[in-house]
Amino acid sequence: MADAVIVVALLLVVAAATAAVTTRDPVRQALVLAVLGVVLAVLFTVLQAPDVGLSQLAVGSALTPLLLMLTVRKVRRRGQGKERER
Amino acid sequence: MTRRARLWVLLAGGAGLAALLVAACLDLPHFGGDRHPYGDRAVHASLARRTANTISSVNFDQRAFDTLGEMTILFSAVLGCVMLLRQTRDEHRARPEPAEVALPVRRYALVVLPVALLSGLYVIAHGQLSPGGGFQGGVVAATALHLLYLGADYAALERIRPVGAYEVADALAASAYLVTGIAGLIGGTAFLANTLLPYGTFNTLSSGGTVPLLNAAIGMEVASAVVVLLARFLDQAVEIEEESGT
Amino acid sequence: MRAVMDVLPYLVAAWVFLAGCYGLATSRNLIHAVGCLSVCQAGTYVLLLSVGYRDGATAPVFSDIKPGSRPVVDPVVQALTLTDVVVGATVTALLLALVLQIAKRHGTVDPDELKELRG
Repeated sequence: MADAVIVVALLLVVAAATAAVTTRDPVRQALVLAVLGVVLAVLFTVLQAPDVGLSQLAVGSALTPLLLMLTVRKVRRRGQGKERER
Repeated sequence: MTRRARLWVLLAGGAGLAALLVAACLDLPHFGGDRHPYGDRAVHASLARRTANTISSVNFDQRAFDTLGEMTILFSAVLGCVMLLRQTRDEHRARPEPAEVALPVRRYALVVLPVALLSGLYVIAHGQLSPGGGFQGGVVAATALHLLYLGADYAALERIRPVGAYEVADALAASAYLVTGIAGLIGGTAFLANTLLPYGTFNTLSSGGTVPLLNAAIGMEVASAVVVLLARFLDQAVEIEEESGT
Repeated sequence: MRAVMDVLPYLVAAWVFLAGCYGLATSRNLIHAVGCLSVCQAGTYVLLLSVGYRDGATAPVFSDIKPGSRPVVDPVVQALTLTDVVVGATVTALLLALVLQIAKRHGTVDPDELKELRG
């Protein structure tokens, strides 16, 4: 029974990681990385590691996607500013 | 080298690496095996020092020196970010216009903010008892503050988040970790040795010797570091603009 | 079935790492590349925690169970992974700050275009 849960969690991680890599748009990739963070937290909890799951949930689902999106926003704003000058 | 040539080199290298990794995976001890010699000794040592959460004991007692290294990496990364994202001479700050926030979102954010902040502090304080500790609780507390940005606007966030104070807090917390370690040296044992304070009663808040102190120092450090990081990124994305005409 | 279960977590970790490397090498946007690097890191976390797992064991926290009543999983690899998760996020932030600077100085975040700006 525990093995089945672990297998399901592992397959979800594979799917989320492959999706995160093949999504080329950084904003969409940030959202898929948030999903990957949640799925990883589930896997870590199933592998009897609640400390690591807590850490991964806080960091991977909120912090890293937020930083990625802020960077995209800044890069796009600069690009738009330059377009307006031309 | 053209793009196609690079792709072929990548595939060849990737295939070789994949073959080596699969061969290594087939040779590892079976998943779920029973032989974990380091784990058994770590649990034994943690119980001998009356720390209920073995992982906190490993992080802040048995391998406290490595956690000092991790804290240094964190501190240097934040230092690098602050330097890279500073406002340069050809940039100016523009006040962002406040955006319309839906009333349910505003109410939810303002109700959940103190709860989330308190949860973060709880997780830091109970690190030596239940799953948690400085690293997790620090991130939770720091991101809880930013609910104000979601519920109100950037100006409100800036009022509760004087960045200079958080930078000082970060440095103070890092020094506190070092000073607790040096106290071990002055007390006659080794750097970061957990022999100065009494171990206390098992499963209470003040158990484990110096583990709660180091836990609190790391919690303060991680929370301040994450707040400073997010502050710099938000400043760049929302406020700082280039001078037109450069 | 047991034979597959013996090695599946390690193979998943290897797959996630290789997928991240592939994304990193074929990326056309530096921000996407930094995201792929964090996928690589996730692969290493899965490997570490799978090495430490023990069948039928529980988490190595004794606040609610009596010490010695049940077997526990390996706490050392969990401690390694725990600090790595948070520190990895701050290093990702540093890399993103570098990408921001590249965008400011060269006006592009496409790695192929950056090579042509040399010389």
